[in-house]
Amino acid sequence: MGQDKHDILPGTLNLMVLKTLDSLGPLHGYGIARRIEQTSGDLLQLNQGTIYPALLQLEQMGWIATEWGVSDNNRRAKYYSITRAGRKQLAEEEKTWRRAADIIERFLAPSEG
Amino acid sequence: MNGLRIFFHRLRAVLFKTRLERELDEEISAHLEMETEENLRRGMSPVQARRAALRQFGGVEQVKERYRDRRGLPFIETTLQDLRYAGRVLAKSPGFTAVAVVTLALGIGACTAIFSAVNPILFKPLPYPQADRIAMIWDFGAEGSRLYVTFGTYRELAQRSRSFDYLAVMRPWQPTLTGTTEPERFNGQRVSADYFRALGIRPALGRDFEAADDQIGGPREVILNDALWRRRFGGDPGLIGQQVTLDSNLYTVIGVMPGGFENLLTPTAEIWSPLQYDKTLPPDSREWGHHLRMVGRLRPGVEVEQVRREIDSIAQEPVPEFARPPYAAMSNGLMVNSLQNDITGSVRPALLAVVGAVLLVLVIACVNVTNLLLARGAQRRGEFAMRVALGAGRRRLLRQLLTESLLLALIGGALGMVVAEVGVRALVALSPPGLPRAEAIGVDGSVFAFAFAVTTLIGLVIGLVPALHASRSDLHGSLQQSSRRTASGHQLTRHTLVVAEVALALVLLVGAGLLLRSMQRLFAIDPGFDTSHMLAVQVQTAGQRFDAETTERFFEQSLEALRQLPGVTAAAVTSQLPLSGDLEDGYGVHFESSPTADSEAEFSGLRYAVSPGYFEAMSIPLRRGRLLDEHDTASAPPVVVISESLAQSEFLDQDPIGQRLRMGPNQGPWFTIVGVVGNVKQTSLAVDQTAAVYVPPAQWWLFVDKARWLVVRTPGDAAALAPAVRRAIWSVDKDQPIVRVATMSDLLAASAAVRRFALTLFEAFGLVALVLAATGIYGVLSGSVTERVREIGVRLALGATRGNILALVIRQGMTMTMLGIVIGVSGAVAASQALVSLLFGVSRLDPLTYLGVMALLASVSAIACWVPAWRAARVDPAITLRAE
Repeated sequence: MGQDKHDILPGTLNLMVLKTLDSLGPLHGYGIARRIEQTSGDLLQLNQGTIYPALLQLEQMGWIATEWGVSDNNRRAKYYSITRAGRKQLAEEEKTWRRAADIIERFLAPSEG
Repeated sequence: MNGLRIFFHRLRAVLFKTRLERELDEEISAHLEMETEENLRRGMSPVQARRAALRQFGGVEQVKERYRDRRGLPFIETTLQDLRYAGRVLAKSPGFTAVAVVTLALGIGACTAIFSAVNPILFKPLPYPQADRIAMIWDFGAEGSRLYVTFGTYRELAQRSRSFDYLAVMRPWQPTLTGTTEPERFNGQRVSADYFRALGIRPALGRDFEAADDQIGGPREVILNDALWRRRFGGDPGLIGQQVTLDSNLYTVIGVMPGGFENLLTPTAEIWSPLQYDKTLPPDSREWGHHLRMVGRLRPGVEVEQVRREIDSIAQEPVPEFARPPYAAMSNGLMVNSLQNDITGSVRPALLAVVGAVLLVLVIACVNVTNLLLARGAQRRGEFAMRVALGAGRRRLLRQLLTESLLLALIGGALGMVVAEVGVRALVALSPPGLPRAEAIGVDGSVFAFAFAVTTLIGLVIGLVPALHASRSDLHGSLQQSSRRTASGHQLTRHTLVVAEVALALVLLVGAGLLLRSMQRLFAIDPGFDTSHMLAVQVQTAGQRFDAETTERFFEQSLEALRQLPGVTAAAVTSQLPLSGDLEDGYGVHFESSPTADSEAEFSGLRYAVSPGYFEAMSIPLRRGRLLDEHDTASAPPVVVISESLAQSEFLDQDPIGQRLRMGPNQGPWFTIVGVVGNVKQTSLAVDQTAAVYVPPAQWWLFVDKARWLVVRTPGDAAALAPAVRRAIWSVDKDQPIVRVATMSDLLAASAAVRRFALTLFEAFGLVALVLAATGIYGVLSGSVTERVREIGVRLALGATRGNILALVIRQGMTMTMLGIVIGVSGAVAASQALVSLLFGVSRLDPLTYLGVMALLASVSAIACWVPAWRAARVDPAITLRAE
């Protein structure tokens, strides 16, 4: 674990999970965790376990659904998939996030005056 | 919306906890295995792969815990967990739990029962609209005694007073219903027209009495109560306007009172008829007899105090149009009482004392349970310390302990409700006959609420003390078992509580002792006649066929029939019976020899119209002259026998025989005094009012006594004679209602019923307090012996004798007792003030009572000390020290 790994920004884990499920379809918890690590280029300091409370919260909000299934190597696993409400929420969050990033970007851009 | 969904999601999680837990385990282990396999593919060794997977995952248990926090409803789950744990803890020490629960149940149950009984009497408003505006008006007799009013006084007040919306008078009436299946005698009232309006209740059916009904010679009409209407007439609404036969006269039923109507002024009355007195107030008529009760409804905005002033001024200022005879001159003014006070006044002191006593019991119960919990807290210090070490927070520990004591209080409360239910029934059974609103007593909703509040409060209070103790004390120290210093703090609290318990128990016991001594004193009083082996039967002649002569003949024949009965040694008839509770027939007595020319009576005395043989049957001794005999007939010269006290007050030590006296109205005949008999207690053993005048019934000119007592003396069991006596009376005339049958000892007991009631409750509560205090002392001492086992072992090893150890423990216990006694005595001195009106013949500071109670408490606590002391003395130093 190198010094250059970053903690997850608060509130972004939900967005990452939703986006992952949206683009890859149903996945089990491990798959989601791996995918987030890979996408972030292994730059994120992620305790994989923290994904589970997050998944439970998303499920309680009705944004994802769960189903028991069988994994590639024939193991019983719980699969998560995004719901319609989840997609709406994802779109919402993406928009918010982009706007926020945009604003921050403007602040951080070298001044032109 | 979302909140609700989340709640249900979480609730489901609570319900399907085991399955979800298993799924979580499965999910996490699947995750770890996948990561391990991935790591193996990356070329790690199996052990490395597994370790890396775990590291990558983070703390498995922490994740699970966070997951669970989010999944379920932690508050409910913790509470359930606490409850389960509390239940286990309580079940594990059944002795402690049983004592604590029973203590609480007794405290709460007794409290609830007493408040159920007292609530409707003392605190609830009476069941009339604006009941606080209803007042009773009495005449003042000599020496401030309460006297019935005359119809004349009522007429004058009704005309002159401006304070009342309605004013009414009433007298008892006992008609017999005939002409239907079987004759039945009812309790009823003759009332003036505004009686029900004064109470503020209208008939539910038909109409109320009007002024036109209440005229002399007016129509014969009755209003029934709901119970009588349903019982005798099947609740038929068509009864209104129909006629019924009462005492051989036809009465029209004009109304029925509503079902919930409580007639507090004569609770047994079921039937009412207009008074129909003569409003022209002929002199020396019944209209001037002191035999009516007066009730009034105040005008809105008028205070009782204003009424008193107004009525006083009316009493002081006679006007020509309302001429007053001297014996109804209102010269002592009139008494105005609120209805509530009037009804409850006689029992109020006893009830308040009982309320005080039961509150003491409750406090003792709470103190005892607190002490039990404290002692247990001390024994469980190791457990608490362990739980803190395992990560339980202070709040979590407090919460656990609170749950435990609340559970205890709830179980105690539930059991207490059972005690209350039984207690209320016992109370009603025990209640003195004059207890107002006894039928309104029952465990009701508000009392349930009260009990529940008390239970919860006790749970919180009791829970808090040991919880604070446990969480405040040095738990690491406790874990290491070096608890000497903190233990002393515990001991101090517990000792203080025991001292308080002893003190409170002493207060209660002194109360019980004082009442007991009063009762002994009361029953040590000589009533002036022999009350043993005596049966008394009150019979009333009913109907038109009884005039003076037939009534006289009926009683003579009944008496003859009674004398024929086997087992009857003497029998007699009297118009009033001493100590029967309803002596009302009193008159002013004027002696001819009296120097005052004024016709106003100097003395008042109760009148007894007695058959020959009365004094012999009652064993009332003759002091001078002769007794009444069969020669004193209507045609013979009028004679009387008077009581010693009456003779004494007029003639001092001179011989009254041959002197003459007159009773009641002035135109009455002069009676010659032919004898003086011993004094007899009349209204109650406690009241020293013995002036009595005995007349031959045939010579009494004012009216015929229709209701009389037949008294029967037997060498055997008086109560067993009752059926034979009834049969004998009915053999003379089968239609004559028997009003009451009672042995004289029952009547005597009933005359002290209020005191007896208070005494019984105080005895019960005192006993409970004594047992609780002893339990408290025992509990604290045995706790202390357990804690000091090592110290005792060391002492024994160093040469202390078993006697030394015994003395050590007993001294510790008796010090608490003595301290409690000292404090309790000062408490009792103050509290006994509340009992003064219930005491008789003993001072509230009666030294014998105090000393007796102290001795009792001291010896009971000595026994309570002995058991743990004996246990301490049997400690084997070798075992204790080796265990160290």
